[in-house]
Amino acid sequence: MSQRLKTGGRLIDRSKELTFTFNHSRYKGYEGDTLASALLGAGKSLLGRSFKYHRARGLVASGVEEPNVLLNLGKGDRLEPDQRATTTELFNGAVASSQNHWPTLAFDVGAINDYAYRMLPAGFYYKTFMVSTWAWHKLFEPIVRQAAGLGAAPTKADADRYEQAYAYCDVLVAGGGVAGLMAALKAAAEGKRVLVAEQTAHWGGRAPVDGGEIDGMDPEAWVKKTLEALGKMDNVRLMTRTMVAGLHDHGYAILYERVADHTPGDGRPRHRLWRVRAGLTKVASGAIERPLAFAGNDVPGVMLASAVRDYIVNWAVSPGKEIVVVTNNDDAYRTALCALDAGQKVVAVIDAREMANGPLVQAVKERGVKVLEGHAISKVRGKSGVVAVEICRQNGTGSVEDVLGCDCVAMSGGWSPVVHLYSHSGGKVMWDEAGAMFRPDPARPPVGDKGQPIAEVVGSANGALTLTALCAEAGIAGGAEEEHPITPVWIMPAKAGNDLKFKSFLDFQNDVKVSDVQLAAREGYASVEHTKRYTTLGMATDQGKLSNINGLAVLSDALGQAIPQTGTTTFRPPYTPISFGAVTGEARGEIFQPLRKTPMHGWHEAHGVHWEPVGLWRRPYTYPRAGEGHRDSVNREIVNTRTNVGLLDASTLGKIVVKGPDAGKFLDMMYTNMMSTLPVGKCRYGLMCSDNGFLIDDGVVVRLAEDTWLCHTTSGGADHIHGHMEDWLQCEWWDWKVYTANLTEQYAQIAVVGPKARKLLEKLGGMDVSKEALPFMTFKEGELGGFPVRIYRISFSGELSYEIAVPANMGLALWEKLNEAGAEFSAMPYGTEALHVMRAEKGFIMIGDETDGTVIPQDLNLGWAISKKKEDFLGKRAQLRTHMADPDRWRLVGLETLDGTVLPDGVYAVDQGVNENNQRNVQGRVTSTYYSPMLKKGIAMGLVKHGPERMGEVLDFPADNGVVLQARIVDPVFYDKAGEKADV
Amino acid sequence: MLTLTCPCCGVTVEETELAPGGEAHLKRFGPGSSDEEFETYMFARKNPKGVHFERWRHAYGCGKWFLTARCTATLEVFGSYPAQTTEPPAELIAKIKEKRPGWEGYK
Repeated sequence: MSQRLKTGGRLIDRSKELTFTFNHSRYKGYEGDTLASALLGAGKSLLGRSFKYHRARGLVASGVEEPNVLLNLGKGDRLEPDQRATTTELFNGAVASSQNHWPTLAFDVGAINDYAYRMLPAGFYYKTFMVSTWAWHKLFEPIVRQAAGLGAAPTKADADRYEQAYAYCDVLVAGGGVAGLMAALKAAAEGKRVLVAEQTAHWGGRAPVDGGEIDGMDPEAWVKKTLEALGKMDNVRLMTRTMVAGLHDHGYAILYERVADHTPGDGRPRHRLWRVRAGLTKVASGAIERPLAFAGNDVPGVMLASAVRDYIVNWAVSPGKEIVVVTNNDDAYRTALCALDAGQKVVAVIDAREMANGPLVQAVKERGVKVLEGHAISKVRGKSGVVAVEICRQNGTGSVEDVLGCDCVAMSGGWSPVVHLYSHSGGKVMWDEAGAMFRPDPARPPVGDKGQPIAEVVGSANGALTLTALCAEAGIAGGAEEEHPITPVWIMPAKAGNDLKFKSFLDFQNDVKVSDVQLAAREGYASVEHTKRYTTLGMATDQGKLSNINGLAVLSDALGQAIPQTGTTTFRPPYTPISFGAVTGEARGEIFQPLRKTPMHGWHEAHGVHWEPVGLWRRPYTYPRAGEGHRDSVNREIVNTRTNVGLLDASTLGKIVVKGPDAGKFLDMMYTNMMSTLPVGKCRYGLMCSDNGFLIDDGVVVRLAEDTWLCHTTSGGADHIHGHMEDWLQCEWWDWKVYTANLTEQYAQIAVVGPKARKLLEKLGGMDVSKEALPFMTFKEGELGGFPVRIYRISFSGELSYEIAVPANMGLALWEKLNEAGAEFSAMPYGTEALHVMRAEKGFIMIGDETDGTVIPQDLNLGWAISKKKEDFLGKRAQLRTHMADPDRWRLVGLETLDGTVLPDGVYAVDQGVNENNQRNVQGRVTSTYYSPMLKKGIAMGLVKHGPERMGEVLDFPADNGVVLQARIVDPVFYDKAGEKADV
Repeated sequence: MLTLTCPCCGVTVEETELAPGGEAHLKRFGPGSSDEEFETYMFARKNPKGVHFERWRHAYGCGKWFLTARCTATLEVFGSYPAQTTEPPAELIAKIKEKRPGWEGYK
């Protein structure tokens, strides 16, 4: 059983006791503990259930690679599932619970899966769920949804805040172990701006645990001295609890700083995401020890050898009282020595190598520990904890020679350099036969914008696994005991039969065993990427940190090829999971995205507006009064506008000035109709197409002067249409003398609409707004009620209408004045919904409703706005293609339900027969649909095959719940068909 | 996230300041062109693993379009130049040929 030792623990402060709860029981730990060390110190070793088989699981590791112990942490609005116990610093009052079991951790009904393992092999899901779609929807999906997943998602909004920050440096050092600090020291001495990021709360990495000597000092002392030196340098920034999560294009690194995870609720942001542009990243990310694949290697109490000594040295917690070490290398003997020093019993060291006699081995033998060379563990006995191990020959099938009682197994299959950061943006790895590891290939680094390497790897991440090699690499005196070579061991024992391989785990979190990978190979999975997906090896939240190399070695063996031929799966950022909060930063709630406001925004708000988001703008949808629903207020606004006068804030309309000697020629290319012939003072409705022929925007163009046009665009389109113009001007016709300027926000624009509009303007006075002085489709500049204005006689409602542009800073004053002066004419503001209904009553199209990127002007009966005289315009050639000229294209019509109800938006008109997918054929769809308060019935527009030729025909529109609505094809102009109201 | 140098501003900027515009040096075919010519201009795009000429706009800066030569595999940027040209500058071509001896050329 695991326990807290009486003395020692370099990271804990025994004077500061902390209490926490796990599964509702209270436990004690010390400041400096992780949740993992505190639980282990409290004697808890069964800490979770595996994902698929619900096997009992405990801690395997002491750091980021831990696959098993993911806990629910916190409660209420600070609840977070899947928190890794080994990287969670203990704090007073922490509340944690285990996951993936029912009803309790100790008695889990799902564990029955463990007996059914022969029925749940690799690819079980693929094989089973392909049976039929009925079985998937009715049978499997509900069961899988119930059973799948680790922790439960929180239901409350996150109480914490998160932020993002930027930094720049010449050298980013990823990892604050000895190798990282050596690299930092060197770069800092050269005067470079250095940023050192260490993912844990402590500097020095493994060296203080593993021992040795650096520059005549023990590693702990050297780390302390080096940190002091770095801390005094202005060009160095040291960051703990900060992981380099990813290294991206051109030296762009994402750092994840866990600012306040260990002090929740103290007011600081919980996490901070750093966006760092680094000239060079020194990857000093260390190495991760590999498990050995023997039967029962997942029983609680079986741990990585390095983790066992981490718990002993760092936190004074011994994972067991009687420890068996199993290894294929010398490094694991350090664990035996460490356990002996801590007063624990080391039952034996089982070494898979035929001969082991390095200095570390000798030291262990001298302490009277039995070393079994050429041996292996056949099987671990015990279910919720190790009871004993069965011993066999490594090169055999697993016949048991001896049984050793123990409560902890420390295993080491060698070490894998952490090559993730090097690989994230294209660095390649190579197989190192002697070290039995993939390490970075220095000849193929990730490169930056100038083709220069953006990452260099140092220390054990570079395959310098011993302190001696690491110091030699850095040119610093130092080292540790000599280590004899490793012998790769991928399956233990080498010729293990099925009964053993079925319980030899490669991926602990996803329950992938040796037998699964071998099955995948037999079934034809030759690619490591395919095998990964088929077996789910390495696809869990630990992303294969422990399982990857073992898995691909077993695959290579099954395929009969060398490991480098199999290769690795792709290493993708982030290195370990980062919080969504950090990714989001401050961009949530009100400041999720910037808000664009018209000059009248505040007025709308003060007058009870209901907003509609339009791009980044907010536009008034309607202004409901007390007791009114939105539909009531929209209808009131429409009726009032059509009988009295309505006021619309049209400021969001795009306004692009196009000026220059070639401006007319340019606009003739931009629009489908002729703009160069537009007389000064006149307005013309224009259509814009992409060069692929599709309608992208529309609006009224006015000619301000001989060489100047003002193009109105849709509210949402102003920026991209301006960009579109600039694209053609700069990249195609760069010799044309034209300037464009987007003046959208320079002007407020107010539409004064309705039969009494003229009276209202005349009351303000200052300009002649009569029909004669200011006819339909013209504009005039002047002074209205003391405001410098430009008034356009254009109408999107079919009513007498004036659109008044005024410098933005006067927008509110003019708006208020119009409302005030309009009182006697019953003037009321109206919103976008009234605007939409009124334009639909008139059969006017709306970009985004009638168009969807596949519609050409001809579909909308707008052929009249397409010049036949012009040799060329954007879209002309495209519209000549056969499909564009196809008479079967769906075209715009009006639709009226037989019973006057409103058609649902987007519904399709069905046709006879079915298509090749056995779906009902369709012949049209609804593009706009509203209730018209003027006509007191539903009106709609739609695109229908041969539509305009089928007036009077009735179409079927199946809607929800089996209802089929019938609508007649009619003229899309529903109101004032003669168009007499606007031109008055 | 890439960094590119805007030839108009002369500054090296982050990708977030830029808007991508696809392949550079396309020849537009308008009315009078064959279906095949138009199809090639409108739809056929190169997708090389290696040197690629692309259009970028310094959208949140000076607003100018510019062109770059970039390796799609290593992300090395060989150079950027103003969009007002029908072909890449000779010295850039020479530089790419020196760095990538097997390069087939931009056409």
